[in-house]
Amino acid sequence: MSTLKTLNGNQAIAEAVRQIDPDVMAAYPITPSTAIVETIAKFKADGLITGEFVCPESEHSAMSVCIGASSAGGRVMTATASQGLALMWEMLYIAAGLRLPIVAAIVNRSLSAPINIHGDHSDTMGARDSGWIQIYSENCQEAYDNFIQAFRIGEDLKVRTPVFVGLDGFIISHSLEVIQVEDDAKVKKFVGEYKSVYPLLDTSRKMTVGPIDFTDYYFEHKRNQMEGIENAPPVIEAVGKEFGQKFGREYGFFEEYRMDDAELCIVVMSSAAGTCKDAVDELRSDGKRIGLLKPRIFRPFPHEKIAEALKKMKAIAVLDRSSSPGAFGAPLFTEVRSALYDYAERPHIVNYVYGLGGRDIKVEHFKEVALKLEKIAETGKVEEIYGYINLRE
Amino acid sequence: MAKLKDLAAMEDRLVAGHGMCLGCGIPLIFRIVLRATEDPLIIANATGCLEVCTTIFPRTSWNVTWIHSAFENAASTIAGVESMYKALKNKGRIPEDKKIKFLGVGGDGGTYDIGLQALSGAMERGHDIVYVCYDNNAYANTGGQRSSATPLGASATTSPEGTQSPGKLQRKKDLTKILVAHNIPYVAQASPNRWQDLYKKAQKAFETEGPAFLNVLCFCPTEWKYDESQGIRLAQTALDTCVWPLYEVENGKYKINYIPKEKKPVLEWIKPQGRFRHLFKEENAWVLEEYQKQVDEDWEELNKLAKL
Repeated sequence: MSTLKTLNGNQAIAEAVRQIDPDVMAAYPITPSTAIVETIAKFKADGLITGEFVCPESEHSAMSVCIGASSAGGRVMTATASQGLALMWEMLYIAAGLRLPIVAAIVNRSLSAPINIHGDHSDTMGARDSGWIQIYSENCQEAYDNFIQAFRIGEDLKVRTPVFVGLDGFIISHSLEVIQVEDDAKVKKFVGEYKSVYPLLDTSRKMTVGPIDFTDYYFEHKRNQMEGIENAPPVIEAVGKEFGQKFGREYGFFEEYRMDDAELCIVVMSSAAGTCKDAVDELRSDGKRIGLLKPRIFRPFPHEKIAEALKKMKAIAVLDRSSSPGAFGAPLFTEVRSALYDYAERPHIVNYVYGLGGRDIKVEHFKEVALKLEKIAETGKVEEIYGYINLRE
Repeated sequence: MAKLKDLAAMEDRLVAGHGMCLGCGIPLIFRIVLRATEDPLIIANATGCLEVCTTIFPRTSWNVTWIHSAFENAASTIAGVESMYKALKNKGRIPEDKKIKFLGVGGDGGTYDIGLQALSGAMERGHDIVYVCYDNNAYANTGGQRSSATPLGASATTSPEGTQSPGKLQRKKDLTKILVAHNIPYVAQASPNRWQDLYKKAQKAFETEGPAFLNVLCFCPTEWKYDESQGIRLAQTALDTCVWPLYEVENGKYKINYIPKEKKPVLEWIKPQGRFRHLFKEENAWVLEEYQKQVDEDWEELNKLAKL
């Protein structure tokens, strides 16, 4: 039976892990994702899960164990954050290249230096070309729902691609929220049986996995790999719809909030989108025609759908919780701006970096952005394409 | 005792057609090790000579299930495979009586150096795996750079001899001792010239419940620079000089498996190898002395441990 439970983001992920009971869970504790790993360990100690829990000596080994386990032929998950994801970096590409549908909960946290334990998207954005599907969550409920859907998406035979489910460090991982936890059996049924493809443990078929490719094959194999993530959109859509039918909360590539007659739009992902909704409500009551577009899927980037949703705007501000030093704008901005390029009449579009190292973003900050967008829409002039929010300079 | 005739009649799990150098010790080692179990086997291979030379796509020399993921993680990769085996048995998706053996392999680069942490972690966690290191004293796959297994005084491309240097300035790391310190059930050193000994040790390792580790001396004509027809003789010299003692540590109990009738001077090991040629310059004489001293000390210590 579906029940309301008061859980924080880490507990919500752990609860989904308990319900799904993956075959192998290998993870190394790191703030702010530690509680996921601890809770799984306790579930195992209390006999609430039957899968193997492995606690390796580093995140590099955690991902290597995941790769070995997934190749062996079964469902695999891990959780990490920040430096942990950075240490996995080499193996992320290998997981994707070997087409292993590992699911990783990433409690988004800034990268050193300076060392900081709080939430931003530097970790997953740094891994955006690793070949993993990336899903971002606004709150604990979404973290739970996305994590369950991630297995269906990644494990789909046409996709066979690993998946990150991001939730903001501390802001979501450590904030209590009343969420709808679905019935164990229904979650299990939704996720379904794991379908092995070329499992190593089927020793009747001797296989060489991970041989060396030279100039004559590497390119084609990388192209094959890209096909997996390119096949993901219809699966993401179907799984999001089915989730809605079964559990009453439907998901797509992004959420549009009060966008119907909007002329101005703020594009922002994850927890900040929740604050942005309050700002939009206040601005709307002041008569401003502003809306929010909250991307949920960052990889594969739903460029056509996002462009379609944004093409009629007069001015757009894309807010990034990570930076890309030396680039023309931060990661989400460059994607959105590029998606709009093919339209003859394009909206003005600017980029603000916010919240690095967990710096707060408040309703008033979104209102300041809205003011700037209004001015751009009125004058048709963009004074600064790239700026920062809530930063002392 | 296994007969060579019977072993030769067994199906090869590492077959011909690979691209390893003439006179290389690696295929010899693994053709012996892989005969030591008849159970289904899954191998995780670290990046290195063995991996690169056997699997140039679309060809493979592996007549057994094999995976390569990266350089430093053969131990954690095979630990992952073994964990899935345990999980699926526990969940009833693999029959209770289905036996599979799990083997991690790497050279000294992937084992002594970059993979040491992953190896230590996997051994400490107690996975039911065997790890075999083929120690050819260098990063041979990439042209002979130094490793922590390169002996004192050897010239390697990143510890070259020169007017101001006698080659590698540091002594060889004692990895076997580090593995013994993990208190795992079985640790051994072996060498392919004593094939019966290597075969028996591999058998013991596969039969061990829990982690087992074999460190196998692997002659390398390319990087050691000797006549490639002389690998087996050179390995015998390593044993007779006590540069590479054969011993095993079973549940903490040391046993020396080969005691030379007459312990030969280290010089006999050094002389045939081009990587040590510069040590015969007058100014490098101290290295020869130091090398001999270290070998003597290690041999003495090992004998003490074996008498405990």
